Amino acid sequence: MKKVQFKSSYSQYLFLAPQLGILLIFLYWPIIQTFRDAFTMQDAFGFGTQFVWFDNFLFIFDDPAYWIAFKFTIIYSFVITLITASIGLLLAVQANNVMHGKSAYKTLLIWPYAIAPAVVGVMANYFFSERFGLLYHLFNNLWGFNWYESVFDSYIYLIIAGSWKQISANFIFFLAGLQAIQRSVIEASMIDCKNSIRRFWTITFPLLMPTTFFLIIINITYAFFDTFGIIDTTTIGAPSGETRTLVYKAYMDGFRGLDLGSAGAQSIMMMFIVLFITIFQFRYIEGRIHYN
Amino acid sequence: MTRLITSGFSHFILFIGILIMIVPVWMIFASSTHSGLTINTQGLQMFLGDSFYENYLRVLLYKGGFFKEITALKMFLNSFIMATGVAILSVITSLMAAYALVYFRTKYATLLFWMIFVTILVPLELRIFPTYSVMAELNLVNSYFGLIVPISASAIATLFFRQFYKTVPDELLESAKLDGANTWRFFIDFLLPLSKTMIVAMLIFMFVFGYNQYLWPLLVTSSEQYWTVVMGLKMMSGSIVHRFAFVMMSMVPPILIIIVLQKHFIKGVFQDK
Repeated sequence: MKKVQFKSSYSQYLFLAPQLGILLIFLYWPIIQTFRDAFTMQDAFGFGTQFVWFDNFLFIFDDPAYWIAFKFTIIYSFVITLITASIGLLLAVQANNVMHGKSAYKTLLIWPYAIAPAVVGVMANYFFSERFGLLYHLFNNLWGFNWYESVFDSYIYLIIAGSWKQISANFIFFLAGLQAIQRSVIEASMIDCKNSIRRFWTITFPLLMPTTFFLIIINITYAFFDTFGIIDTTTIGAPSGETRTLVYKAYMDGFRGLDLGSAGAQSIMMMFIVLFITIFQFRYIEGRIHYN
Repeated sequence: MTRLITSGFSHFILFIGILIMIVPVWMIFASSTHSGLTINTQGLQMFLGDSFYENYLRVLLYKGGFFKEITALKMFLNSFIMATGVAILSVITSLMAAYALVYFRTKYATLLFWMIFVTILVPLELRIFPTYSVMAELNLVNSYFGLIVPISASAIATLFFRQFYKTVPDELLESAKLDGANTWRFFIDFLLPLSKTMIVAMLIFMFVFGYNQYLWPLLVTSSEQYWTVVMGLKMMSGSIVHRFAFVMMSMVPPILIIIVLQKHFIKGVFQDK
């Protein structure tokens, strides 16, 4: 914290008021209502609500559809993180390596970041449609690809659609991370180690750890939440609900099924998962990496 | 010699990366300039056709939607209002909140910081129905206010500004105090001019964030008059080439902003000079 500060005064709260006001009304109030929804149940005619303790939670744990969504969410975020981080890193290392055209490459690779997930989904649709989708027909010829029926194939479809735009975010952050490494460190390592691949994994990559872990969190958050627009414009959960993320399922149960109790309980489970990942990151990972 | 080979390899990899990014978008664009008949009989196209003006003009001016009340032009206007509103509102409130957190001594500092920080863990998707019912109770469904304010309830920019203020040397406040500046004067005359790069970066970031919203506009606008471009994608009717044209146009504003203002964006987010 700063050594020189203003004394606390009413003007401090004037500066805080706009943001805190918005957060209280549009964030804290809805969160409190989410908890209220999660612990109550509406009666069949919608006349009254009843406090039911953990019934809504027990109900979702008993629901096989919840665990299908859980499984998909975990696999999806893991694969997306792995693919986008590896390709992003590969491209960033090459862009950092070239003498000419560095900024042109940056411009040519940064723009997909700006496209909305829903727009990416609509585009992916055209490449995976049975009628004229190029990728659909390519994969269909290779191994009988049919995402309308095969779970595995629908995973492939969503992984390609979900990874495409996220590569560029990973690329930008890795490139910035690479450029922040001091020249002298690289030059010193060049004297010690002639093998450039070994040099990368023993010197450069460990120095990139803070960027890597930041990106893991960014990618997981993306796969959890931002992919809603992609799923809703591509598979819509097909085949038979196998490709719904937890967030997508909670939304569908609340919106289509009008089951606010279940949607609330699912949201709270999701909050705990996010909280768990955040604490895990701070406690176990942040402490073990070296910031330069 | 090895230098040349490795750099050639790098260019090759980067070239493939760029192809993966550009080819899909190019194919949709090329296809959007053909007639519906061509697409239906021959599939997606690699080269430009001659229906560019015809297709794009029709999409911009034709009244679509379920009730045929809204043109794509109006959707672009709505998206622009929403994105600008989100950018300005969240940047102003975040600038002020971060200032209060960093530059004032208070025993509640930790509590206030966590109250703001913890909100990052609860994205709108997790509280979407309760937020909707709050909007309904306040009678804000189908309004620009309803599109903008809940999206601006985000503390990401606050964290960035807080990080940035912490790097500002203490001497600045000392000398400002000598000049007799009060809290508002210091904020407006000293701190804001220094934060210019950061402010531009956050404005870009929040504009794209606001423009790209999909689920929230879908839920909070039952009247077609408030439809935005990104949510409109799912609602648009019309032939396949018109949908291609609509998709192409929908991505132009955020991509243009990112490419044109790329330097400011990167400078601010990574705080490099």
